[in-house]
Amino acid sequence: MIPGDAFKMKRYFHHKDFDKPHHSHSNHPRDDVSTQKSGTREIKVIRRVLDVNEKMAEQNRRLFAEKGLFVLNVMSSPGSGKTTTLEKTLARIMPEIRSAVIVGDICTTHDADRLSQTGAPVVQINTDEFGGDCHLVAHVIEKAAVTLDLDDIDFLVIENVGNLVCPAEFDIGEDSRVVVLSVTEGEDKPVKYPLMFRECEVALLNKVDLLPYLDFDKEKAVDYIHQVHPDMSVFEISSKTGQGFEPWIDWLKNKIRTKIS
Amino acid sequence: MHEMGIALQIIEIATASLPADLGEARVARVNLKIGKLAAVVPNSLRFCFDVAVKDTPLAGADLTIEEIPVVARCKDCNAQWTIDEPVFICKTCQSGSLEILSGRELDIESIEVVEEENNDSG
Repeated sequence: MIPGDAFKMKRYFHHKDFDKPHHSHSNHPRDDVSTQKSGTREIKVIRRVLDVNEKMAEQNRRLFAEKGLFVLNVMSSPGSGKTTTLEKTLARIMPEIRSAVIVGDICTTHDADRLSQTGAPVVQINTDEFGGDCHLVAHVIEKAAVTLDLDDIDFLVIENVGNLVCPAEFDIGEDSRVVVLSVTEGEDKPVKYPLMFRECEVALLNKVDLLPYLDFDKEKAVDYIHQVHPDMSVFEISSKTGQGFEPWIDWLKNKIRTKIS
Repeated sequence: MHEMGIALQIIEIATASLPADLGEARVARVNLKIGKLAAVVPNSLRFCFDVAVKDTPLAGADLTIEEIPVVARCKDCNAQWTIDEPVFICKTCQSGSLEILSGRELDIESIEVVEEENNDSG
């Protein structure tokens, strides 16, 4: 969305015609369409609604390829531990791998403040300036990316807005997508949000150090993941204790090396 | 959740698709296809669309949504079926190597405009 849209929406809510019965659910032509004085003409459009975003995402992808960096889009529900996972991940790969972060939130710079402690350049996007969106879109990523010195970066990680629905629908020009699922959530998140789990290459099953205290059925969660996305890689980690990080870091380093070599 | 943004995109695309010679004609209907795998709730989209069309060439337009089922084809055994629940595994050979043939759509198919009798297009 573009700046100001949220205000436009508020204004429309107070529109004097708003309470009039609306007719969108009807499949019948409106009365005035079928009058003798006028006729209806169908104009073929056949366009993807999100094609503006998709074109911008392709442009980002070309820019990132030109600059030779690997771009990862990290998504999850709020509170799954994305920021802690990224802090611990960056600590393990830097300074060997030159990294930068773009972090999206509806408001506050808390995550950016935390992530900047890693020494990586961090750009915070607050979507409330763009209509309070619940996801990042390609043109916002472009605006953030050009503020970074992309020639000096091998790895750009984008922490998306915490949400398992909308971010899955929006390509931002990334090379790969990762979803973080924590064991304090339900095992059935993958089947409740199948698009997210289909669109991501890897699932990080986080907070496994808490398993002894929870009823979370880990095998069931992994089964659900593979039901939705049979060849998805699942890494069991604890971002608090660092447990299980090696396979995940190996996967990530391998991806980065393959892209930048 | 992001349906307002999608409604605004629909209005933008539909407005840009209006031929220049339409004069006072207005848009009566927008025909959409939405796949069941798309992260869009049709009723939320209708609500947002109804709100957002005010003061645009689409004011008062209907939104017709055709929901497209998720259809998959197995890359191993070629079986083809409609996915009704979130299980993306071949029912015939248990392979997980699928091609999604439909269900991800979020497309504007067409718009219907009402032409007044005295328009030059006749």
